[in-house]
Amino acid sequence: MAQSTTNKAAASAHAANLPDIYRRLSADDLREALRKMHLIRRFEESAEESYMRGLIHGTMHLSIGQEASAVGICMPLSDADYITSTHRGHGHCIGKGAEVKKMLAEFFGKEDGYCRGRGGSMHIADVSKGNLGANGIVGGGIPIAVGAALSMKKQGKDSVVVSFFGDGANNEGAFHEALNMAAVWKLPVVFVCENNGYGMSTSTKRSTAVPNIADRASAYAMPGVIVDGNNFAEVAAASFEACDRARRGEGPTLIESKTYRIRGHSRSDRNRYRTKEEIESWQARDPIGIFEKELTDLGLITPEEIEKVRAEVEVEIAEGLEFAKASPSPSPSDVTRYVYTD
Amino acid sequence: MDANVRELSYAQAIQEAMAIAMEQDERVFLMGEDIGVYGGAFQVTGDLVHRFGEDRVMDTPISELGGAGVAVGAALTGMRPIFEFQFSDFATLAMEQIVNQAAKIRYMLGGNVSVPLVMRFPAGSGTGAAAQHSQSLEAWLAHVPGLKVVQPSTPHDAKGLLLAAVADPDPVMIFEHKLLYKMKGPVPEGYYTVPIGKAETRRQGRDLTIVATAIMVHKSLDAAAQLAEEGIDVEVIDLRSLRPMDTPAIIESVKKTSRLLCVYEGVKTLGIGAEVSAAIAESEAFDYLDAPVMRLGGAESPLPYNPDLEKAAVPQVPDIVAAARKLVRKEA
Repeated sequence: MAQSTTNKAAASAHAANLPDIYRRLSADDLREALRKMHLIRRFEESAEESYMRGLIHGTMHLSIGQEASAVGICMPLSDADYITSTHRGHGHCIGKGAEVKKMLAEFFGKEDGYCRGRGGSMHIADVSKGNLGANGIVGGGIPIAVGAALSMKKQGKDSVVVSFFGDGANNEGAFHEALNMAAVWKLPVVFVCENNGYGMSTSTKRSTAVPNIADRASAYAMPGVIVDGNNFAEVAAASFEACDRARRGEGPTLIESKTYRIRGHSRSDRNRYRTKEEIESWQARDPIGIFEKELTDLGLITPEEIEKVRAEVEVEIAEGLEFAKASPSPSPSDVTRYVYTD
Repeated sequence: MDANVRELSYAQAIQEAMAIAMEQDERVFLMGEDIGVYGGAFQVTGDLVHRFGEDRVMDTPISELGGAGVAVGAALTGMRPIFEFQFSDFATLAMEQIVNQAAKIRYMLGGNVSVPLVMRFPAGSGTGAAAQHSQSLEAWLAHVPGLKVVQPSTPHDAKGLLLAAVADPDPVMIFEHKLLYKMKGPVPEGYYTVPIGKAETRRQGRDLTIVATAIMVHKSLDAAAQLAEEGIDVEVIDLRSLRPMDTPAIIESVKKTSRLLCVYEGVKTLGIGAEVSAAIAESEAFDYLDAPVMRLGGAESPLPYNPDLEKAAVPQVPDIVAAARKLVRKEA
């Protein structure tokens, strides 16, 4: 999403109270960010519902509760910038500009899906928008992001690469190897750890020796930044700063976005490792609600406009579901197609 | 010898191929451990860093997994990396990126991207480096759809297959036998490619087909020369490419000779020999067989340090001669 240099939100609002980030973003940018957050929420809910109704198979990893993190981080990015994503990647995909109908078609395993039904939930990627793909391997995308950043530097491009991963990935060797190389070579990459508290069932307290994952940045001589992952403005501000730094050639940043996944790890999760009270306490800090309240309080959006955004999203999801259902399935005779380049 | 053909070592031929690839295409660059001023553990990159600079001959930290991932990411976004593993054994540290990422990304993304990545693996025993520096793991990677796997046996093919690999849009894994690095042979100047997926008949014969890979091609040719003195006429096929495998070449040869021996250095069971044997068992050549199919492969053990044990762990010329006699003359 490109920032606009005109129509600054600040011009129409209480300039003195505005967080700095809202001076950098136009009212249109903010409305689009809110739309994407709703779109992620409704995408996840629709995916879940389609699964319950037996319309799709396999498993899925929902990012309900993490919408501000996905959208906030993608704010400074254009189509020329790259991301690598995770098994919990639907939000990143939408944040980076993917079309919901092609994502749903992929979910349904159809030919019109982003990966022609070969990838599914865990491998949705819209390469045309710079999304190098979700990844089924924890930490798998982190070195790939560093490679893409090396590639941009070698080609003399201004692009940055954002690597999303979860708290679980910060204990994989790939994380440490990748951060080290990115720092040694001063590459334009932003590492974004979405710390949602649990790697499947194992809490960060039980799995991670440092209290904050951002603390690990110091081992790789890069800034480590902690943000409230449920606060869009905080996330976006940190992302702009890290991307600016990367574009200036000053190297990587590690952002720890502290958030929470409201749903279980995947379909098989029975929530035995956390309490109902804990989940409810985070539901009370819903990132969409927080963002809407802030925008309304600052006079940047009206309740009527919010309703309009929600209605638009409902239509997009409904049309997307119809598109996905109507799309043809791949032919079984094509099972080995796309293994190699023709 | 043609005027433009020189004697080069296998290592020099690979180095020349990499230099040509970098001269022709600015997207090509080299990554690996100690490939810069050190010149690579086997001096394959040699002085290339002085010619092309540190940006194109990049030393990496000792981070095989991360390094392989960086190569995958660079290949996905417009570059053509050639990644050197210091020893093929260290690929075990990077299997995640090779098997889950490089091999599958194109398929998982519905054909929307390619991963034009070349990886080089110094492989094989005979250097006294023992169990963790001597393995032949090529069959592991050849088991993975999405990868191409080649094993050049001559300086000519080492250069031509590398240039073919760089031109290929998909990930190509090149297994180079360490004992071949110093072997010399005729190598044409300039650019040429050897097609991936094509076997080469190194010796014509009527009585027995030996399908061999890498250094076993040379051992099989030595064995064939001895066997010729006994009146046994051996055909030697250099497989060159494991995936895709040139099964038509094997089938045609066995239809002519009616006997098959497969010789390779990797562990005998569940390896290249099983696949070559199955290619015959599943084809019309099965009806031509006058003897059981036979395999000679690596011992069912880690590679040992002691030189006598190390030799005993992989097929040697006398083993091949004995196997051939058994197949042709039905000797015990």
